[in-house]
Amino acid sequence: MVTDLHAVKIGDAIPSYTTRPITRTTLALFAGASGDHNKIHIDTDFAKKAGLDDVIAQGMLPMAYLARVLTDWVPQTAIRSFSCRFRAITHVGDAITCSGDVTEKWEEDGRTLFKLALLAADATGDVKLAGEAVVELPQTK
Amino acid sequence: MIDKTHIGYAPDPVTMDIEKGRLKFFARSTGQEDPIYLDEDAAKAAGFRALPAPPTFLFSIDLEQESPMAFLDMLGVNVGRILHGEQEFTYYQPICAGDTITLKSRIEDIYDKKNGAMEFVVQKFSATNQLGEHVADMTRTIVVRN
Repeated sequence: MVTDLHAVKIGDAIPSYTTRPITRTTLALFAGASGDHNKIHIDTDFAKKAGLDDVIAQGMLPMAYLARVLTDWVPQTAIRSFSCRFRAITHVGDAITCSGDVTEKWEEDGRTLFKLALLAADATGDVKLAGEAVVELPQTK
Repeated sequence: MIDKTHIGYAPDPVTMDIEKGRLKFFARSTGQEDPIYLDEDAAKAAGFRALPAPPTFLFSIDLEQESPMAFLDMLGVNVGRILHGEQEFTYYQPICAGDTITLKSRIEDIYDKKNGAMEFVVQKFSATNQLGEHVADMTRTIVVRN
């Protein structure tokens, strides 16, 4: 897989994947694992009092999902930077599709670098996160 | 409007021991199936000294402090009015189980749009490990809806 990266060109899509639908359990477990204990993500009574229909996902949950399109594609150590804008709230029941396209490719200090445009969207195409990453082509041994 | 003299505010750094169990829990809770995040032998075979922290775990180090949102009180911001606007990571070295990470933060900017209808607080974080190596930076932008 890694050796194929030499052939990657601008406009290529990297392998995408879709999560299972998010449940309240997903949010509770991520609250514990991430340390984000904000009740808006885990306590339906609290969320309703705050005027929402239900708990909503932590923004960092779909961002962690989005990171997986990178780590499924290259070793984590190849990622130089990773950023995103939070565009819409992720709800219980959403299955998030994470995808990416190569937007730039250049050489720097003898290394090949790629810039990627990343998206996390639900099944209706509503974009939750729009991200960007710079990835260094791993050195072949 | 948030008092812009808070730009430059730097609270005490946060230090966290990165535990293997916590990293596995984080990986599982985000649906990670790659064995390098779940099995120490697989991590070592991939060249890591121990289980690596997944790319976004750095964010959680800031949440280890007693009151991670205390700075909002200082700024006079109601937690109910904030949204996470943007998040950015820059990586230099992996963070692995067994590391002790120190995270320093600073309020880098405070600005508004639409005549104050939306305000933005930009925080920059810098992470070093127990060897003093600069492992990563992170930027968080919080949006306040007034």
